[in-house]
Amino acid sequence: MGLENQVFESLPDVVTVKLDAVVNWARKSSLWPATFGLACCAIEMMNTVSARNDLSRFGAETFRASPRQADVMIVSGRVSRKMAPVLRRIYDQMPEPKWVISMGACATSGGVFDNYAIVQGVDKVVPVDVYVPGCPPRPEMLVHAIMMLQEKIMNESVKDRPDTFESESRESIVPGTLPVTEGTALERETEIEVAQNQAARPYTVPSRHERRRSS
Amino acid sequence: MPLLRAGFCRKDMTEKLHGFVEKLKERDASWVENVVDALGEVTVYVPREGILEACYFLRDEHEFDLLADLCGGDRGPEDDPRFEVNYHLFSTVHYQRLRLKVLLSEDDPTVDSVTDVWRTADWHERETYDLVGVKFKDHPDLRRILLPSDFDGHALRKDYPLRGYEPYSMN
Repeated sequence: MGLENQVFESLPDVVTVKLDAVVNWARKSSLWPATFGLACCAIEMMNTVSARNDLSRFGAETFRASPRQADVMIVSGRVSRKMAPVLRRIYDQMPEPKWVISMGACATSGGVFDNYAIVQGVDKVVPVDVYVPGCPPRPEMLVHAIMMLQEKIMNESVKDRPDTFESESRESIVPGTLPVTEGTALERETEIEVAQNQAARPYTVPSRHERRRSS
Repeated sequence: MPLLRAGFCRKDMTEKLHGFVEKLKERDASWVENVVDALGEVTVYVPREGILEACYFLRDEHEFDLLADLCGGDRGPEDDPRFEVNYHLFSTVHYQRLRLKVLLSEDDPTVDSVTDVWRTADWHERETYDLVGVKFKDHPDLRRILLPSDFDGHALRKDYPLRGYEPYSMN
């Protein structure tokens, strides 16, 4: 006597629902985060999926090592300027629909690292959906952030996230968008001049998700 | 455990080290500008013209076979010479540590690379170039190693602003 038998008996064969409700329910119920631990917040992130806090109760326990299999990027920790283009590339490689959680004070605002090496907030690199304060946040707070994200997903519309054209989605992962590092600096005056002489080349192109937000 | 008694240990070690300093002086008196003996450590100030030969000499004749560390320092923009490069040598044969120090002016912070003497100097010199801005002549691949390649300036200079020259932007 499973639950489905009772549901089957009590419901008609055909149910009419909003498409958004079904699709969003499916999306929010199996969020797959990308493994992206950057600092001590990652320890709490690991704790969140461990037995005591058990993120799988909310369907988001499957951390994937490949961004191509992930829906959520949990940026846990400080993002250095050198890491920023890498983080952006990982984000670009994630298929739509995708969301970003900025975990901890450092990822959100730079935290105590108010210096030349750390990006002052990961929202300068990728669009962020949920910010989690704390240094580091407790696992409960990350669970709460996931639940907030699920609420947010339930309020989205399928029309907001159309499929990207193949050419366009390929554009965002074009290779060679990271800074070129070759040759010695002694032969030229400084590396800054080298960078100026090269044609201005953006690290990345804005994703459709971002373009929709900015317009 | 007599070796653990600090006084004995230090005196004994610096005596041996001063022997190496004398050997340096015998070989070429111009190599030794100044000798500082403090806290059981001996520092030899070497002019930058002689650092490469002195390193070869210490490695080949006196078994200083390990470059434990190579680091740069900035004494501040008002000091002249402004920069210094420290070579921390270690001999696995004599079990001795010797420090060489080269002082460099702000106008021409260039010194010969010691990558031919110890291969491990490669990354140390890149780090020193990256953070302090000392250039190493005849280094095989002198480019930034810690900071991103489009970084402006040298971050550990005393006059470098804490937050960098300009705020971060993706492009």
